[in-house]
Amino acid sequence: MEAEHTEILNFLRRYSPFNELPEEELSIAASNTSIAYFKADSQVLEFNQSISYWHIVRSGSVETYHRNGDLYNRLSEGGFFGEAGLLRKGKVRYPVKTIEDTLIYYIPGELFNRFFDEYEAFADAVEVEEHRRVSSAVKERESRNNTLAVKVEKLITREPVAIDKSATIAEAAARMTNEKVSSLLIYDGEKQQKPVGIITDKDLRKRVLAVDKDPNSAVADIMSEDLTFIYSNQRVFEALLTMLRTNLHHLPVLDSAKVVGVIALSDVARHESQSSLYVVSSIFKQTTIEELATLVPDVHKSYVRMVEEDANSRIIGSAMATIGRSFKQRLLELAEEKYGPPPVPYCFLALGSMARDEQTVVTDQDNAMVLHDDYDVKKHDQYFLDIAQFVSDGLNACGYTYCTGDIMATNRKWRQPLKEWKKYFTDWIEDPSPETLLHASIFFDLEGVKGETKYADELNQLIRSKAAGNKRFLGSMARNALNRTPPLGFFKDFLMEKDGKHRDSINTKRRGTGPVADLIRVHALAIGSRQRNSFARLDDIIKAGILPEGRGPDLRDALELISMVRIRHQALALEAGDPPDNNVAPEDLSDFERKNLKDAFQILSNAQKYLRYKYSGA
Amino acid sequence: MFYLMPDKEKQRTARVDWRKRFPELAKKANSPALKRYYQAGIVANDTPIKEVPLVAVDFETTGMDPNQHGIISVAIVPMTLARIELNGAQQWIVKPRRTLTEESITIHGITHSAIAAAPDFEQLIAPLLDAVAGKVWVVHYQGIERPFLQRALQDRINETIHFPIIDTMEIEARFYRKPPSLWDKLTGKKPASIRLADSRQRYNLPFYAPHDAMTDAIASAELLQAQVAHHFNPDTPLSELLVNTL
Repeated sequence: MEAEHTEILNFLRRYSPFNELPEEELSIAASNTSIAYFKADSQVLEFNQSISYWHIVRSGSVETYHRNGDLYNRLSEGGFFGEAGLLRKGKVRYPVKTIEDTLIYYIPGELFNRFFDEYEAFADAVEVEEHRRVSSAVKERESRNNTLAVKVEKLITREPVAIDKSATIAEAAARMTNEKVSSLLIYDGEKQQKPVGIITDKDLRKRVLAVDKDPNSAVADIMSEDLTFIYSNQRVFEALLTMLRTNLHHLPVLDSAKVVGVIALSDVARHESQSSLYVVSSIFKQTTIEELATLVPDVHKSYVRMVEEDANSRIIGSAMATIGRSFKQRLLELAEEKYGPPPVPYCFLALGSMARDEQTVVTDQDNAMVLHDDYDVKKHDQYFLDIAQFVSDGLNACGYTYCTGDIMATNRKWRQPLKEWKKYFTDWIEDPSPETLLHASIFFDLEGVKGETKYADELNQLIRSKAAGNKRFLGSMARNALNRTPPLGFFKDFLMEKDGKHRDSINTKRRGTGPVADLIRVHALAIGSRQRNSFARLDDIIKAGILPEGRGPDLRDALELISMVRIRHQALALEAGDPPDNNVAPEDLSDFERKNLKDAFQILSNAQKYLRYKYSGA
Repeated sequence: MFYLMPDKEKQRTARVDWRKRFPELAKKANSPALKRYYQAGIVANDTPIKEVPLVAVDFETTGMDPNQHGIISVAIVPMTLARIELNGAQQWIVKPRRTLTEESITIHGITHSAIAAAPDFEQLIAPLLDAVAGKVWVVHYQGIERPFLQRALQDRINETIHFPIIDTMEIEARFYRKPPSLWDKLTGKKPASIRLADSRQRYNLPFYAPHDAMTDAIASAELLQAQVAHHFNPDTPLSELLVNTL
């Protein structure tokens, strides 16, 4: 009689990646399992020994090591190891030692390899190495839930507007105008379910006006036949792809053979940024700081909505930066109304995350002012101090707290004419030291938000021309970029905790997104990139080929993952009515997030090592 | 690990020379299955445990008394000190000749219909003995498997069977069932439990739901590995682990 290994099966069903396998394969795995017990502190695998089994920790815990003896990972019940060796040459890559009395289940290597080849979800979940693990986590989330993964039916806002094919072009145009639509479905008789054609605004222009066609001729003459439909349960991104492929900007939406609406390219575009755009337009309607401050709940709502719709961190970061910029611009408009027009031209700068389009809801105000070179301290400074103070107070009221490092235009040091700013940057770059740059690195992400934005362009140009190739400067920037390290040790302890209580938390900005942005900035300066956004900079860096193969995409995935953990954490706090922050407690993370976060931090750590190696010559 | 054996336990270790005994038993055996079993031979008593082919065995029975109760399920899992091999595991359900109580059905989770459709133990004699041939038995509490097997063979082929056995409960008793001291008696200190689940817990082995023959066999197999890891070593001779009953 075929033996049933209920206990083994039940165990495998409990954990990913095993539970990605169909039941019959799990049964095969269970009945081919072998088992061994190891006392604490026993060597399970030696480096380079040959390996023919996949190892699963049934109870106890083990540590895996790098060849050099550095701790690589800690695994407890449900953890697995040996897959890297199995997928390579059958040699162990990471030696493994038990740290408690441990029971190991062994799955034959051939079986593991077959599962890995045949079951994509399983293979994804196994994630042979940390970068693959992180990468698939990011991708899975994007494909599962992002804005564009919303169903087409969500975009339908009204019944389709239609006209009979016997109608004239003029009647059709009148109908479209009255109904305020940009497309019109054409039916042949009332009973028909499917339309025979469609006309759009563009057709009226190209097929009627441009060719001087008689508007009294039949609409059927100018309609497009052979309609391309989309189904209501298809995804928005499929609709977008169809539009791009066919170069059609309007698609009738079918729901069981009946057209239930038409979606336009503009609907798709609007869907993506709807919420934040609404906030931005409201900002410019407010006339006092108090009124502006009433928009803060709307800002938070749009933040939560973006997270719920699973927008990626780049979309969210840029939407929040746009909102932040709009607050600044509106406050400056109000300041100029109050204090009069500026005596000399000026440019108000955004620095740091706002300039990088990477804002969240937890951000302080980093700003500065570049004044025209005719600026005279005695005559003009009171005015600029006044408006700087007005903006700074206004921002604080709108949730952008005062900068603790005093990097604000209210500080005279950061309220200087262009020529002084040029001196600052020249000094920082040509005579650098980690100390002088310690607080200055934030200035290397700068953007003009109001006034003479060309000043900001000039400064960026100066940075580009002087920084690239300046080894001492890059070396100093690199050293500063290494000040903040990812919390790798944290996970060590975390895995060891059994009681489920963790008082510590991870500051996802200070130890995550911050150090990533820092190190990307150094590379970006080294290659003279014009980009400010970390993802865009990374694209330039990858193109420049200065990173080892594959490291750039890894880093991008790691940044996306850490950013989203941080952003989601803040969104959850907002929903719960708590003040949002950057401190993520591990117990608030899913196993999946925790595992991937750990891997993302490992990638960051590796990237920092490489940064040290590459720029340490200074 | 260095282990000083108390005199009493020294006496209990196997004094039967199984390697010599098996050919003698083979000559006496009438049943071909039993003859084959003995002819397959067995390792010498001084073989290091790491080299001994083992088989973990568990019987589920309708009660504790082989004269009143019957076997309803048999599971065997071949193993060595290094590995328990589930792909060689086998499990059978058999129809006991003695009555099946409602209580034992509830415990073992085997239904009347499964048992009604099951063969008599007689059908099992040859496959079971072939599967365990050449291997030393590992059980938790020897008071079940060997007596029930002996009784079942007696009833069916009118022969009996003798073989070396490792009892993980007996091993556990050696270490955790020292005779209570006066102080223990005075303070009413309870001796440590040496039941399978409790013993496993001492070695950080996971909890397995009891009363399924296969699970219990695996559970005992793991327990033996853990006991050797903690109290003996891979070179410990087999004789030190065997129980000394015929």
